[in-house]
Amino acid sequence: MTIVYDDLGDEAASEVPVRKIRFTINGAKKVAEIEPRLLLADLIRRGVGLTGTHKGCDTTNCGACTVLVDGAAIKSCTMLAVQADGHEITTVEGLASASELHPLQEGFRQEHGLQCGFCTPGMMLAAKALLDHNQDPTEEDVRWALSGNLCRCTGYQNIVKSVLWAAEKLRAEA
Amino acid sequence: MYPSRFRYEAPHSLDEAISLLRDGGDYVKVLAGGQSLVPLMKLRFASPEMLVDINNVPGLAYHRADSDGSLRIGALCRHADLERSDLLKDTQPTMAAAAPLIADPLVRNRGTLVGSLCHADPQGDWASVMTALGGTVIAQGPGGKRAIPLADFVTGPFQNVLGPDEIAVEAVVPPAKGARSGGYLKLERRVGDFATVGVAVAIETSGGTVVRAGLALTGVGGSTIAATEAAAALNGKPLTAETVAQAAELAAAAARPKTDHRGSAEYKRHMVSVFVKRILGGTAGTTGTTGTTGTERAA
Repeated sequence: MTIVYDDLGDEAASEVPVRKIRFTINGAKKVAEIEPRLLLADLIRRGVGLTGTHKGCDTTNCGACTVLVDGAAIKSCTMLAVQADGHEITTVEGLASASELHPLQEGFRQEHGLQCGFCTPGMMLAAKALLDHNQDPTEEDVRWALSGNLCRCTGYQNIVKSVLWAAEKLRAEA
Repeated sequence: MYPSRFRYEAPHSLDEAISLLRDGGDYVKVLAGGQSLVPLMKLRFASPEMLVDINNVPGLAYHRADSDGSLRIGALCRHADLERSDLLKDTQPTMAAAAPLIADPLVRNRGTLVGSLCHADPQGDWASVMTALGGTVIAQGPGGKRAIPLADFVTGPFQNVLGPDEIAVEAVVPPAKGARSGGYLKLERRVGDFATVGVAVAIETSGGTVVRAGLALTGVGGSTIAATEAAAALNGKPLTAETVAQAAELAAAAARPKTDHRGSAEYKRHMVSVFVKRILGGTAGTTGTTGTTGTERAA
């Protein structure tokens, strides 16, 4: 993994605090040397190279950058990457297996839960955090769980249907 | 967006954290949930030289009732912990009502109640709730701990009385003198928006009489407003349509709303009165612990 920084000259560069962190992302163990001001979203996108985690507003509003940290859905633009030291991260790339889509991904396809797709990874991870704790959510539960994620295309109707579709599929598989 | 460059320390004990604050320079900030501080740093409204991240300090992620009935909330207790808490549902109706209305579910998974009090945003929901409940903040520094009533803790918008080498380690709600009731209602345009109007009501009754009342308002002035006259109008009286109406009127009179994109001053003042009645209407004539929660959305 490589992160390229501006060349600030040797003297300035010695002032840059760099820390080594270890974390797990989608099951893979990683080590990174980062500046503490690097945000988790940028570590994921630019450091690990997983660009499924989107940055929408970059101001803690939209939820497009939602990932799971130790199973809890959080906004990765509002957590320092250095704070992921010792923790486990799940991104949208961690949902599908090699041969099969995750029921949530299938649900979004079946119920037409996306148009432009920009908010979709965040929606899916917020939904995964819900379904991990609540196998039989009501429509209200789903709306509540997704209330920190903004979509500007769909009007949410089909997103809610997609999550309910996935919940039913997961229950049938269980 | 990136914050400016800073030194980062993640100590494993409070003593170590306090030493770092003492020796760390002129502008050191404590990082707990980071849901206000990190956005401020990204926008460069805050550019601390050093962050002392307390997330690795063990023993701060609790909320529990003490034997005397006081509720203690540790500095790393997240909003989501409070939202899911059976203890709050059973014993703290005002807090249980407010917890699900803080920001949005993603922010609630990281943000903390104590951090929210320290941030001292005049629009903060917890500040109203803790004001209504008569809560205190426990600060720990090199010389030990001190308890600061919330009314003295916040000195202005985004300002608190913590010394540069002090950490807010805990918030405390005092024990109830009677059966608790009350609630928190918030008018917001959408989830995650600041309150257009928020009203916190905390009532303790004994033998049909109010033995303690606390009312506080969010979003209708330059700071959290303690509606002390409204509370005084309820103290020592039963909750009846008349006393509730009087408290609602006095609470509305205590509001100092401004007309803005969220609504007119008149509308906001009116909503204070409506919310007080709605919360107290839900508790009048009932015994035990009851609460009123809810949001309304308005463009």
